Amino acid sequence: MAAYLVRRLLVSLLILLGVSFITFVLLYALPADPVRQIAGRSATAQTVENIRAQLGLDQPLMVQYWRYLTGLVQGDLGRSYLQRSEVSELIAARLPATLLLMAGAIGCELILGLTMGIVAALKRGSATDNTLMIASFVGVSAPQFVVGLLLLYVFAVQLKWFPIGGYGTLAHLVLPSVTLGIMGSGWYSRMMRSSMVDVLRADYIRTARAKGLTRARVILRHALPNAILPIIAMIGIDIGIFMGGIVVVESVFGWPGIGQLAWQAIQRVDIPIIMGVTLVSACAIVLGNLLADLVTPFIDPRIRLR
Amino acid sequence: MSAAADPAAPRPRSALRRLARRKLAVLGLVLIVLTVLGAIFAPWLTPYDPNEQMFDGLTITGAPMPPGGQFPLGTDLLGRDLLTRILYGARTSLIIGIVANGIALVIGTVVGVTAGYVRGLTGAVLMRFTDLMMAFPALLLAICLAAIFSPSLWIVAMVIAIVNWVQTARVLYTETTSLAEREFIAAERTLGAGHMRILLRHILPHLVPMIIVWGTLGISTTVLLEATLSFLGIGVQPPTASWGNIIFENQTYFQAAPWLVFFPGMAILILALSFNLLGDALRDVLDPTQRGRD
Repeated sequence: MAAYLVRRLLVSLLILLGVSFITFVLLYALPADPVRQIAGRSATAQTVENIRAQLGLDQPLMVQYWRYLTGLVQGDLGRSYLQRSEVSELIAARLPATLLLMAGAIGCELILGLTMGIVAALKRGSATDNTLMIASFVGVSAPQFVVGLLLLYVFAVQLKWFPIGGYGTLAHLVLPSVTLGIMGSGWYSRMMRSSMVDVLRADYIRTARAKGLTRARVILRHALPNAILPIIAMIGIDIGIFMGGIVVVESVFGWPGIGQLAWQAIQRVDIPIIMGVTLVSACAIVLGNLLADLVTPFIDPRIRLR
Repeated sequence: MSAAADPAAPRPRSALRRLARRKLAVLGLVLIVLTVLGAIFAPWLTPYDPNEQMFDGLTITGAPMPPGGQFPLGTDLLGRDLLTRILYGARTSLIIGIVANGIALVIGTVVGVTAGYVRGLTGAVLMRFTDLMMAFPALLLAICLAAIFSPSLWIVAMVIAIVNWVQTARVLYTETTSLAEREFIAAERTLGAGHMRILLRHILPHLVPMIIVWGTLGISTTVLLEATLSFLGIGVQPPTASWGNIIFENQTYFQAAPWLVFFPGMAILILALSFNLLGDALRDVLDPTQRGRD
């Protein structure tokens, strides 16, 4: 277990190193000149060169990358070109909002997805089952920005149940969470259904029934815990899927998280912020996958990590 | 009696027949065919030009026309017929769906099959690279790439291809590694067959069903990604109509004219859903590991 953990952490570090290098090279190749953006249109050629030297952007690629890496191991993500503050501080200020949104989305996914999956499995082959599975396909195929805009139109503009955008109260959280979670709930309902169907076929369920237990007790005490656990392990993988979605959802709802930060930075060619957010997202994805792998042996003791 | 009696090898005809029995798959296929026909015959289906800003296409106060009457789905902010733009937008979605996903499929197949067959250092390096790509937040990567190159239809297709090959590579890698250890491959090798012959004549044909499945499901992802990039304004650029950029252009007005979001949004949803339904049914029919489950 310890050896496995050490190896996985090492591989994760290597992956993050690779992500940082590729992002760095990509952003280095960016045709838009960040120095021009900082200096403004009226700057003289001399000023532009001064700023370039000051930021170290006149150095060769590998020198710049090495400097970035040495900063990185000290927790320094560099300074924003335009906002005159540390990238790590900008991200730290925005991260709570994003984490809150993700928590809301996970809640929405689990409530919607698991309920749909369980009902579908229990009514297998019925019209309810078919309808729920079509609904799960619709959830998986719905573009998030359309879902977001339509939810806004119906529940915020027309019905006025929720605020149109912004951040702060629980009411603000509902629509963005649902928008981000709807795709995942589609996946969860399908996985939950097949997991539940498998469990319901197991011998110990037949034994439980044969003992004369009530249907409710068989389902709630014997089937559900075993069917749900493997699904819960998937939450780690979800975090990676969310990382793409937050850019869209945060921009639709004006949610002040790191997705919005990244989107603004991309439009203004604020390279250190783009780098920082990409790295933080990659960390979240790698950690999420690691977590998903690490919890499996606790959920299913038959699986050993090697 | 029929080809279905042979359980060992799924014959194409029996697979098609089993597919035809699935209502949802047929529904998906019909919707895809309708979209393709709509895209091809767009000029004959609508009297308007997609970029024509009609002087009677706006109300007296300069607002878009609501659906009904002369413009079945209404008009957009610039007084262009929405139905026409959606029909022409189908061309964009389908072209990108097919081209981007085709490239992604080729990259994924080459990487996955090579890594699975060669193993050793080459295989390890290829798969570690695939893992690395998995750790990339796909949409962020696509946004960065789209920002680097000034976006156009073909650049967007390339960007999506670069982001989307990973899943196929992983699936085909697993499949190839298990195939490469089977007896018939060892038998071929003892008979003196070269690597290329084994790969092309014996391994690839076994992978075709999976490639078809992932190719179909991938189009759905591609359509959604194109729409998202275009919605953010870094995908297909106006005036070329794309379902995503119709919403991008009109979103400031969506409270007053929700149909400008609703109709293109439904178009994206229906096309993505159709490919998902078809792909899922294909997986049940073609993928032997899925058989007997439901």
